[in-house]
Formats: sequence, C-alpha cells, structure tokens
Amino acid sequence: MAKQYETVIGLEVHVELATKTKIFCSCSTEFGGAPNTHTCPVCTGMPGALPVLNKQVVEYAMAIGLAANCEITKVCKFDRKNYFYPDNPQNYQISQLYLPIARNGYVEIEVGDTKKKVRIHEMHMEEDAGKLVHDEWDDTSLVDYNRSGVPLVEIVSEPDMRSADEVIAYLEKLRMIIQYLGASDCKLQEGSMRADVNLSVREAGTKEFGTRTEMKNLNSFKAIARAIEGERQRQIELIEEGKEVIQETRRWDDNKESSYAMRSKEDAQDYRYFPDPDLVPIVISDEWIERIRANQPELQTEKLERYKKEYDIPQYDARIITSSKHMADIFEAAAAICGKPKKVSNWLMVETLRLLKDHNMEPEDIRFSPENLAKLVRLTEAGIINSSVAKEVFEKIFAEDIDPETYVEERGLRTVNDEGALIEVLKKVIADNPQAVEDYRGGKEKALGALVGQTMKAMKGKANPGLVNQKLKEML
Amino acid sequence: MANKISDETIEYVGILAKLELSGEEKEKAKADMERMLDYIDTLNELDTEGVEPMSHVFPVHNVFREDVASYKDGSTDTLANAPLKKDNSFKVPKTIG
Repeated sequence: MAKQYETVIGLEVHVELATKTKIFCSCSTEFGGAPNTHTCPVCTGMPGALPVLNKQVVEYAMAIGLAANCEITKVCKFDRKNYFYPDNPQNYQISQLYLPIARNGYVEIEVGDTKKKVRIHEMHMEEDAGKLVHDEWDDTSLVDYNRSGVPLVEIVSEPDMRSADEVIAYLEKLRMIIQYLGASDCKLQEGSMRADVNLSVREAGTKEFGTRTEMKNLNSFKAIARAIEGERQRQIELIEEGKEVIQETRRWDDNKESSYAMRSKEDAQDYRYFPDPDLVPIVISDEWIERIRANQPELQTEKLERYKKEYDIPQYDARIITSSKHMADIFEAAAAICGKPKKVSNWLMVETLRLLKDHNMEPEDIRFSPENLAKLVRLTEAGIINSSVAKEVFEKIFAEDIDPETYVEERGLRTVNDEGALIEVLKKVIADNPQAVEDYRGGKEKALGALVGQTMKAMKGKANPGLVNQKLKEML
Repeated sequence: MANKISDETIEYVGILAKLELSGEEKEKAKADMERMLDYIDTLNELDTEGVEPMSHVFPVHNVFREDVASYKDGSTDTLANAPLKKDNSFKVPKTIG
C-alpha cells in the first residue's frame, strides 16, 4: 500500500497598515505617486536621519494582537535586520526580532464542520522595502522608494495547518479580523496582504517534522492553494525517490504552476540582527492595552449575532454578509435608509454574490453605494418596477453604481398598471395565439404561461405579471 | 591575544558586508576584529548577575509621532546624489524579482 503523507504548514503573513504616514517619518503612504515623491532622508536611509515611530502603527499592531488573542509585550523594541539589496536603502530593515509586540495568540478557523485553533507564534512591526522595476530598454533596474518605510505587521503562525483549505480559512479569518479593525484593507492582489508558506511533509503518524521549504510570491488564494498542492507533490516525490528535501526559499510561478529555488545568494540567512540604537524602547502600560481593547470595534461574531436578533436574518445569510466588513457596511447603511433589511439582504445574497462570482471579484471590490441599493428596494416595494426589470437595473447598479430612480425614468421601465393599455395588448395576444387559447380552454393550464409570456414580451417586460394573469383568466 | 579570527571567518564577513579585501587588508581587519573581541572578553569579566540587558544608555522610552502626513515632494532631494537615474528613479544594475 502506498504511504500516506501529512502536510504541515505554517504561514508568515505580512499586512500593510492603513496609516496615513510611514512608520518612521511623515511621508505619505498613498498609492500611485510618481516614483520617489513620497520620500525623505529617513525612508531613504540618508546618513544622520533620525527615525521617529508612528504611534498609530503601535496601536494598530496592538489591536490586531488583541483580536488574535495574543499577549502584548509590555516592553518591546526594534532591531536591525542587515542585508544588501537595492530595494533597501539603509542596508538594514528595521524590524522586531527579540521583543516582538505580540506573542502566543490564536485564531479559530472552520473548515467544513470542524473547528480548529491555529496558534500565532508572534506578531511584529516592521518597515516595507522599495519597489524595483525592470527596465527592458537598457536592461537595468529602476528603484522607487515610495513604499520604503510603509508600516507592516508580520504575523507568524505555528505549523498548525494541514491542508490548503485550512490555510485559506486561516487567511480569510485574519483578513476579516484586520479589515474589521480597519487596520488594513488586506488586498492580496495589490500586495497589502502577502503570505509566505512554510511547508513540509511527513509520513502520517510521525512525530518529527520533515524538512520545510518557504514559498514566496503568492498573491491570490487560488495561487496559494495551487502552490501548496504543487509543493506537497514535489516533496513527496523526492522522498519516494529516496532523495532529500533541501531547506530553501522557493518562488512560485503561478503561470507554470511550479516553483523554483531562489538563488542561494539571495537567501543568505545571516541577518546579524542587533537592537536599533536610534529607536527607544516602547513601554506599554495596562491602561494603554485596556484603552485599545475598549475601542475595538464590533467584530464579526458580535455583528453576526446582532444581525440575527436585530434584523431577523438567518444564520447562514448573516454569516456571509458579515464575512466582509465592506459588505456588512453596505448592508447596514442600505437597511437603515430603506427600512427593509430582509430585502437588502436578498439582493446581497443572491444577485450580488452571483455577479461577484461571474466577474471573479471579492466582496471588497463591491463599488455600488448603499443609497442606490436602498432606492432599488423602494422601487420594487412600491411596485414601480417588477422583479425582472429590477434585476436588470441591479446589474447596472453593480457595474456602474447608477441611480436607479433616474435610470428607470430615463428608460421608461416603470411597470404598466394601466388596465386599458393592458387589455388592448391582451386582445391582440389572444387573437394571435388561437392554438394556446384553445389549449387553455380545453384544460391545459400550462398554455396560460405561454400567453403571459407573449404579453410580457409585447410590453417589453414592463407589465405587472400578477395583473396580466388575472386579466387573462377573466378574458378567457 | 586570546581570540583568533580564522581566514574563513574574515572571508565570510567580507561576503556579508559585500567587501572585496586584499590579502593585506584581510590581515589588518583580522587584527582589528581580534582586538574588539578581546575587549568584549574584558567586559565579560564584569559581574552582570541580576542586571537587565539593555539596548539604550538613557532611560527614555515611548518617543512617538502622530500620524500626520507632510505631503512634500521629496524626489528632487532624494535623487540629488544618485549616480545614475531615469524616470525619477534610481538606476541600478539589473536585479532579480
């Protein structure tokens, strides 16, 4: 019988914090500036520059630590991690090795019906590096330091995950917590959340861990799942062939669906950490921790319970809506405007989820405003438009955030409730479809559907279907 | 001198620091580093039992900035001494990644 293998996975997750300024200087963290415009002597490592810590970074890091059940390190400090690379102008990255801000936490994940705790080893604050762009024209690299010094929190888990599903559940949970805290927008594609996967395999039942590799360059949940499967297979094949797994950093190429070892030169793991002499220690009092704890916003579990009670929304729906802070915000705002939480919930649960799936989008990418969704609910509730028109209008709201009231007026999409006009159309439909009329009169109920369809078509979908049914029956 | 820096060590430190040293420079650096380690040995003679390790000489902590942006375009100053530049960026030999 073939041997059974178990995959053991730990993650290092980097999250870019949502501060206005960099971690050690007042340069803006805004995206999209021309190269090197958001730079100063501090974030470009000029001699004699003095870094001063952004208080908001400490508070976000504490908030994330507390939400992930960590102990806050009451005296913590920064260290220098030394390496040479053009994206790092100081030749060291300011990070925390010896006394990271938070330790010994966990988050609870759910895969299928199984709940599981993934332990968090530690969380630390550090600065991001600059960006390198390859210049094809003269085969050089161009360096932009706008990202240099942008604050990051790195969250290091214990090797507690056993499958790609668990890894994704863990990442989704972290992302949800951090988005709820407003500490980061956590967009994988844009790099504000990045995950490095440490993976090893061992024969099922073995106690010792196998040799692990670290995989970088994973920028979507799908890429992470594929990389895990690919690396698991690669390591099992090596073991089956009697070869050794080498501890190394590998880069995942999602197009080729394979990983390759990064050059060992890039992987010199001797960072010669030492305390940063420019940055004084951070002493965190119990009062400060309590203040942060007291200011934590309502997190998902609490919100979910409130939705069930306050809005009478089923557990399943409440869970999906609250799984994204952005979606929950839209729901609450739209429900408050139109006063019909269940209708708003239906639009989110059915049409919104369908369109997100069709366009391969995440709930965070929803661009329509709660005002326009609320207006649509009002239009349908008041019977001004029928449900098939409403669906069509919603697609426009989803795509372009149009104002449904204006849209319905401009396109003349109001439901026709004018009986006189309807009867004229019905007369014509009856005259044009003698076979269906005869079938219906002969007892074939189904034939009525065909006549209703013809009527709706003749009225360009704007008829009130209930009224059409009623009048047709009367006239037949 | 109690401490001895091996040829391998000086070679390795050179690689980490991205320095190319001549034979003569290596010998000089070795002697310097040996002296530094000897000094650490002297410090090690002190009784530090019960003394908390520290990373700063002064009892100063919690020096913070508020999160307020300056919005100054720093690119001219940042790039002023760049040996090579292009498109408002530093131009460097090709790197991977």
